[in-house]
Amino acid sequence: MLILTCPYCGVAADETELTPGGEAHLTRETVGADDAAFEGYLFKRENPKGVHFERWRHAYGCGKWFHAARCTVTLEVFGTYPAQTTEPPKDIRDKITAKRPGWSWRDFG
Amino acid sequence: MSTRLARDGRFLNKSKAIKFTFNGKQLRGFEGDTLASALLANGQTLVGRSFKYHRPRGVVASGAEEPNALVNLGAEGRFEPNARATTTEVFEGLKAASQNHWPSLDFDVGAINARLARFLPAGFYYKMFIHPRPFWKYIYEPFIRQSAGLGKAPKARDADTYDHFYAHVDILIIGGGVAGLAAALTAGKSGARVLVIEQTAHWGGRAPVDGGTIDGLDPDEWVKKTLQALEKMKNIILGARMMGTGIYDHGYVLGYERLTDHTPDQDGPRHRLWRIRAKQIVTATGAIERPLSFAGNDVPGVMLASAIRDYVVNYAVSPGDRTVIVTNNDDAYRTALALKDAGLEVPAVVDARPEGGGALMQQVKDRGVRVLTGKGIAGVSGGKQVQGVKICAQAGEGAVLEEIPCDAVAMSGGWSPVVHLWSHCGGKLLWDQEKAHFHPDIGRAPTGADGEPFVIPAGAANGSMSLANVLAGGVAAGQMAVERAGLKPKRIATPEGDSVTEAPMQPVWMMPQGAGVKLRNKMWLDYQNDVKVSDVQLAAQEGFESVEHTKRYTTLGMATDQGKLSNINGLAVLSNALNADIPQVGTTTFRPPYTPISMGAIAGEARAELFQPIRKTPIHEWHDDNGAYWEPVGHWRRPYCYPRDGESHADAVNREVTNTRENLGLLDASTLGKIVVKGPDAGEFLDMLYTNMISTLKPGRCRYGLMCSENGFLIDDGVVARIDDDTFLCHTTTGGADRIHAHMEEWLQTEWWDWKVWTVNLTEQYAQIAVVGPNARKVLEKLGGMDVSKDTLPFMAWADGQIGGIDVRVYRISFSGELSYEIAVRAGQGRALWDALVEAGQEFGVMPYGTEALHVMRAEKGFIMIGDETDGTVIPQDLGLHWAISKKKDDYLGKRAHERSHMVDPDRWQLVGLETIDGSVIPDGAYAVAGGTNENGQRNVQGRVTSTYYSPTLKRGIAMGLVHNGPDRMGERLEFPKIDGTSVFAKIVDPVFYDKEGAKQDV
Repeated sequence: MLILTCPYCGVAADETELTPGGEAHLTRETVGADDAAFEGYLFKRENPKGVHFERWRHAYGCGKWFHAARCTVTLEVFGTYPAQTTEPPKDIRDKITAKRPGWSWRDFG
Repeated sequence: MSTRLARDGRFLNKSKAIKFTFNGKQLRGFEGDTLASALLANGQTLVGRSFKYHRPRGVVASGAEEPNALVNLGAEGRFEPNARATTTEVFEGLKAASQNHWPSLDFDVGAINARLARFLPAGFYYKMFIHPRPFWKYIYEPFIRQSAGLGKAPKARDADTYDHFYAHVDILIIGGGVAGLAAALTAGKSGARVLVIEQTAHWGGRAPVDGGTIDGLDPDEWVKKTLQALEKMKNIILGARMMGTGIYDHGYVLGYERLTDHTPDQDGPRHRLWRIRAKQIVTATGAIERPLSFAGNDVPGVMLASAIRDYVVNYAVSPGDRTVIVTNNDDAYRTALALKDAGLEVPAVVDARPEGGGALMQQVKDRGVRVLTGKGIAGVSGGKQVQGVKICAQAGEGAVLEEIPCDAVAMSGGWSPVVHLWSHCGGKLLWDQEKAHFHPDIGRAPTGADGEPFVIPAGAANGSMSLANVLAGGVAAGQMAVERAGLKPKRIATPEGDSVTEAPMQPVWMMPQGAGVKLRNKMWLDYQNDVKVSDVQLAAQEGFESVEHTKRYTTLGMATDQGKLSNINGLAVLSNALNADIPQVGTTTFRPPYTPISMGAIAGEARAELFQPIRKTPIHEWHDDNGAYWEPVGHWRRPYCYPRDGESHADAVNREVTNTRENLGLLDASTLGKIVVKGPDAGEFLDMLYTNMISTLKPGRCRYGLMCSENGFLIDDGVVARIDDDTFLCHTTTGGADRIHAHMEEWLQTEWWDWKVWTVNLTEQYAQIAVVGPNARKVLEKLGGMDVSKDTLPFMAWADGQIGGIDVRVYRISFSGELSYEIAVRAGQGRALWDALVEAGQEFGVMPYGTEALHVMRAEKGFIMIGDETDGTVIPQDLGLHWAISKKKDDYLGKRAHERSHMVDPDRWQLVGLETIDGSVIPDGAYAVAGGTNENGQRNVQGRVTSTYYSPTLKRGIAMGLVHNGPDRMGERLEFPKIDGTSVFAKIVDPVFYDKEGAKQDV
């Protein structure tokens, strides 16, 4: 059972306190998007063996959505950050680079 | 035959005799006995029958790894199947019964399977029972069901209680042997918060039985001294009878504590599940001895050498007068010494190694015991009890050199570290060629949230096989755990272990190494699931080369013991058959729990009334007092109907519907979701959430709205009321309140976070009462306080005011088609308003109605219900709700999805009404059949029923359904087959059965 620290209330929360929200940093496609773009938005997801960015909600706590950067293999958590952003913050990307040189995830890395 | 020795046993209190029964027979044991030791003390070597062949089986081991001695324990509310006799402590009045035989343990008809063994090899079931198809249902399955199975499932409700306990510690030490204790002492001295758990009732593990000295003391003395020291430390918790069940992500561990299994009369929970978070975990889980694969190694009386030593030393039980020992290592010689010390005969030690062993062998020889080197066992004579062994050359094919009469065989194939817990969360293993075992690869430990290792193996679990190494490893692990937990380790003197130096073991995976098929057919690997050497070889031959495939094909290691004795031996046989190295073949995955834990412990206190919280409306008590028949709706309880004396539920529903349509009905609608959405951007936000235009709604008015997911599928509906320019009150379905609130928050927080909108779920802050029927206005006017006339408060309007002196908010909305007021009040006033309405309504024929009457009335009106007409694949357009989809809006959740090719497909099934020809009610979930059949030979379908009821208003069965081209096929007849083979026919009609113009609700 994972422990993730909620970046809003600072609580190191057990996984049972959280609800998962899938992949982070999706761009919403809507009216005007072609079929391929909309399909990508709705259904296409990363399934990395390694660095991943996910959405979580502190559902049984402060109720806030946040993002977590973690390794799907070792379960190492590189950091958590508020959901109000379109890309992983630089300090977290730097931290990942220090621990996983050469990493990449979608357009980041 | 096994019997009790006159001497003392380490664990026994011989002054306290205990009576218990086995298969109804009255037997005696002593305090401190396990059920297995007590049975052996009573000469009960036969304890069960095997799973597949019903072979007679006896006790093999002395601990958690026992595969054979599974019994039914207790009776009724305390009945438990598949309890391991080796880990069950006896108590006064214990009742045990053997399993998997008929009619009796001694004479079992199923044993005929053993004679058929030649015809029942691995994969037999898969190959045999495929054809002909009908045979499966009528012949094979009933037969297999009858013959398979271990213990019986309990029938009575569990009479015991269970609980959960949370613990947060710096260091958790799993295993209370000398390695675990040395680690605990080290960690404790540093001041760390330490929890030490031990699965048995005794501390010290194997060391006191296996001999040697620690700091010059007898191991028993050292253990006692160490325990005293640990008990004095306030930062240490010691938990005996507590198993480390599994290690999970980020240092989460489950501990399974058995509190009253051995003292069932004691108050309090029977088991406790500890939910532990530890910064560092030391696994000092010991090692398990492996059996040897020789023909007849499953005959009762053939036991692990270490187990025989345990029974002699700990329980003063003799496994038999004459025990032959067969081994490939030095450790088994300790059993010979223990037996000799107890005055028992050891006719021979059969050592497969050509040169034999070292100092221990010499000690045994000095005691006058015959040692045969380079020899093996070619067979065991005896059926329900060992009568002798046939000796052969280990290097040969099994030619019998001599026969040695005996009543027990002690076997040792070497030791396998218990690496289960290390492996649960990703710890990797290394193969040690010399000791022929897997041990933890320290460089690849399970890692935690910080990416650093959080599990440290110690002692025999780490592959250390001498007392000195075990103790040094324990201290080192304790020190490492302290450092990694971020604390300062204190140096302590490493306890010095001294034990006899052992000669190297020699791997023996088959005995004799050249055994032919006849012998291999009788070499058991997995005792519980009846898997033999020949089965694994067959699996390899048939192409099941992956160890995971072989496991599933043969069922090796899939029994309740999870292959604790069989996995490594099976793996070695598979490797040999594949001509591959053992590490190349690899192990199967170790998964928690380490041994089975009770369902009660998993549930804890969450059972019966505490299974889940029940949500009650402010009017709940009234419903209860007035005969409500309850229906669970999510966590809520809602009245389904209010049956009167002698009335059936169906009759009650019909009465409630008719009365509401003719007079006055009251519905407790408090469970309806009520979410306030507020802020300058609230209108724009709700335009995105609902398919309708919400921002144009005027304050004081209500609008019915639909919500879709981004996939375009309907997820909820309800009435939105605009309170003021910046404030909306969104009603959701009862089950949707929390989900829709979360949905709103998700979009606000993660997509439109710069919008100025706040949401609050006020569902429980308000009680809501629907006052429904032609007399609704009359009762409100009687109570008085606000103008509820059509002119002031028209249909789809709302107003604040007072009714009968209570502050209310009244919505003119209708889910029944009748004149209807939904009145919201502060929760604390809900009951008062309900009581006032009931009293004032008497002269107007007031009756409460439940959820079923609500459903019937909404179906008569053709209103959809989320969860009935929708199932996660239905879009508003399927339900004829085009009018509720705004064409003016540029965007809303689901808009782009509604343009997808499948969503605009004219062949999508669409909502219609269905009127049965004969007036009967179509069964729930019935399908309308079409001509022809599909590729599976099933009839094609062209629609399905989504809601179906008896309508007391129309006095016939009515239904709604989704039908291919439905709206264009009015008047057509559809056939709905029923489960009984007959069909019901229905005509396609408009889904609105009652008051299509809506005149009745708008008065």
